[in-house]
Amino acid sequence: MRGEIFGELLNPALEPERYELFATSLPIAPTSHDPGSVGENGLTALAEEPLREIAPLLTRRQFCQALGAGLLVLLFRDVRALQESGGGRRTGSPSLPQEISAWLHISREGLVTVYTGKVEVGQNIRTSLTQVVAEELRVPIERIRLVMGDTDLTPFDAGTFGSRTTPTMAAHLRRVAAATRELLLDLAAEQWQVGRATVEIADGKVRHLASGRSQDIGELTRGQKLSRPLPDTVAPTPPEQWRILGASVPKVNGRAFVTGEHRYTSDLKLPGMLYGKVLRPPAFGATLVSVDTREAESMPGVLVVREGDFVGVAAPSTEQAARALAAIRAEWKTTPQPSSREIFEYLKKNPIEAQGWEGRSQHLVGSLEEGWHLAEKRFQQTYTVAYIAHAPLEPRAAVAEWKDGRLTVWTGTQRPFGVRSELARAFGLPEDRVRVIVPDTGSGYGGKHTGDAALEAARLAKAAGRPVKVVWTREEEFTWAYFRPAGVIEVRSGVKADGTITAWEFHNYNSGAAAIRTPYAIPNQHIEFHPTRSPLRQGSYRALAATANHFARETAMDELAHLVGMDPLAFRLKNLADERLRAVLEAAASRFGWGKAKPAPDRGVGLAAGFEKGGYVATCAEIAVDRTSGEVKAVRVVTAFECGAILNPDHLKNQIEGAIVMGLGGALFESIEFENGKILNPRFSRYRVPRFSDLPHIEVVLLDRRDLPSAGAGETPIVAIAPAIGNAIFHATGLRLRSLPLAPHGLKGEIKPQS
Amino acid sequence: MREVIELQVNGIRHRLEVEPNRRLLDVLREDLDLTGTKYGCGEGQCGACTVLVEGRAIRSCITPVHLVAGRPITTIEGVAHGGRLHPLQEAFLEVDALQCGYCTPGMIMSGLALLTANPDPSEDEIIRFMNGNICRCGTYGRIVRAIQRAAQKMRKENRR
Repeated sequence: MRGEIFGELLNPALEPERYELFATSLPIAPTSHDPGSVGENGLTALAEEPLREIAPLLTRRQFCQALGAGLLVLLFRDVRALQESGGGRRTGSPSLPQEISAWLHISREGLVTVYTGKVEVGQNIRTSLTQVVAEELRVPIERIRLVMGDTDLTPFDAGTFGSRTTPTMAAHLRRVAAATRELLLDLAAEQWQVGRATVEIADGKVRHLASGRSQDIGELTRGQKLSRPLPDTVAPTPPEQWRILGASVPKVNGRAFVTGEHRYTSDLKLPGMLYGKVLRPPAFGATLVSVDTREAESMPGVLVVREGDFVGVAAPSTEQAARALAAIRAEWKTTPQPSSREIFEYLKKNPIEAQGWEGRSQHLVGSLEEGWHLAEKRFQQTYTVAYIAHAPLEPRAAVAEWKDGRLTVWTGTQRPFGVRSELARAFGLPEDRVRVIVPDTGSGYGGKHTGDAALEAARLAKAAGRPVKVVWTREEEFTWAYFRPAGVIEVRSGVKADGTITAWEFHNYNSGAAAIRTPYAIPNQHIEFHPTRSPLRQGSYRALAATANHFARETAMDELAHLVGMDPLAFRLKNLADERLRAVLEAAASRFGWGKAKPAPDRGVGLAAGFEKGGYVATCAEIAVDRTSGEVKAVRVVTAFECGAILNPDHLKNQIEGAIVMGLGGALFESIEFENGKILNPRFSRYRVPRFSDLPHIEVVLLDRRDLPSAGAGETPIVAIAPAIGNAIFHATGLRLRSLPLAPHGLKGEIKPQS
Repeated sequence: MREVIELQVNGIRHRLEVEPNRRLLDVLREDLDLTGTKYGCGEGQCGACTVLVEGRAIRSCITPVHLVAGRPITTIEGVAHGGRLHPLQEAFLEVDALQCGYCTPGMIMSGLALLTANPDPSEDEIIRFMNGNICRCGTYGRIVRAIQRAAQKMRKENRR
């Protein structure tokens, strides 16, 4: 039976939030580290000589590369704390330098290099993390360089997902940089033989005020051989005093992108490199019966690789590789599989238990029986969401090179260390013989967690004895990547005539547990995630199931408001206890002018709100329906967002605007159609994504809470747009739509033309 | 069969021995190492591969190289001059009209074609012209603003 699940990602470690309701903060090492509680381990600053003392913790190569002349600062993790917290969900290996969780280097020229295992996929963390270091180290932005996502050079990191960079990595680097700043002040005071309190640091220089003496921090590190702990009580700069953080610093390496100079993985070229392509089965789960590669093999310069069901080619150009691939004749055995038409029945009929996660996917409050008893009106509805594709504009790509028994792979992934493990396992290598490097990547949206292209390139490169690049075609990307899970959500609720919700029952089949709990204060709840089998390979997608769960919940809230004859905003506010959620709802409603004016004919307004991953979002939308063509268009969207203290307001706005636009696709028209293991619409000409003409007028209201820790913002702003649009369609037409996408072919046939 | 073809890219003439039906995109990227022009879909739907031929935007992923032999081609690498960014490139940076940046070269090339044909486009005209370019990060609003801003800059420069 399980054989029917082709390539499904059933590894909870890959997407733990899908399974566990309470995994709001994952122990993603090393970022849970708190130097304030380190104890006998601590921050230690070291340069050159003393490194040998801790060299066994790292490979020698890592240090030789990380360390130029100058000062290297290391932050040690509290190993005991990790053991106590079980650390078992980490996917690291014993060869990783787990005892060291951060390092940064200051060269004699005063250039600061910071090393982080996070990767840049367009969310602009290269910029925000640079701001963090600049702020705390008192060094100008231009003098800071981030080395990101390189398994040989950066500390272990579980991956760039879950909106964790800002709350954990930014917080972590703030402490590292603040501690380094204090060390530099110590150094200056010692060298100048002056009181520690009389030394200041600003703009990359240390100064002694009384004597007017001043030195660049780079000069300060010259000739230093340091080995002493840094103070472990360092406090980061409070947000009221921020000068670089909290400012709209532009993308730090933006120029390379507007000139085309930046090299994505798919742009890399190594000497002697070949272009690789892989033979794909005609359907998921198909097995190779026979293959004839003779014609392909006879083509000049073409190498054909066959290992079991894997058949691939490598050639001197993409064109030649494509022709060689086309010349391969293969016979496959396929099996019948469910289609997108029957997917929702299939999900309901095919439950599974995710091993080791049983029972964790349930949330019970009060007594539903009591809730039904108190209810004066009852409500029951089913909502569905389709599979959709991430369709990152840069498809999966990898360049692999074998040299002296070591494998190096450049690839666009959100999990460089995870992909390193995949490669090490596949080729039977120790992890320290595999290096994964992630150039700033052409987006991911949760879709680049796996190392498929990396494995393919490495396999071909090994056989070819030369570097090989594999870049997936758009069709491959639409077919052989993984999808946002489809899902069925059943809601039952009871409400008093005055609008008080008394009972809330919520069952999600397959899409996931993220944001499954209601933010509304309801005394009696039964909320549960039911994992099911999936005919398609599925995995993380921006905000995970928070989109599906918010769609169902916030549509149901609208339906309940209608049931008791209340305004949707007033109904939500009445059932709300969370002040932060109230604040964004009121901010969005106020900017939108909610309830102020009656919309024009064939226009409607809707709102939705929610909370996930430390961020609070409320969206008001106005839509227009063309009664002749049936077309639905979002004309105006106002989103209010609050994620604690804002690190970079303009980049935050950019993320929110982007989430709204991307979310419009899943809300209105995106849907993967499939039949018998084949994707029927694996092209942009068949799978509609939002374009310029879909762009509504967008207004973003940012609530900056400098008294609260900063949370990530790449995901949560996407969760409210679909229900807001759906609710607006209901307002305009009286038509209640309960399936995402809401209007893949417009509303023709469902609404009456204008009489 | 391979043929010798002359390509004129960013003011430089190249004599190449290529399959005449090879995609211009691949020749630019693989033979000339001009990788600023991106692959996005291979069917002319996303605009990531946009280059200018005689000032007009074309999709290099569906253009056989022989069709553009001898005609002046501009790629993103040829837009800045002597280290000085074009006003449209500046405008993209000024309004942060990018996130991952993968669509950016194609957006800039399409934007240039628009501004060449229409130095003062309205918002509607920009949206209509640019609708063949996809940005999955959803920065469309900012790209519209960048094009408007560049148009303004260019008109000012021309008046000088």
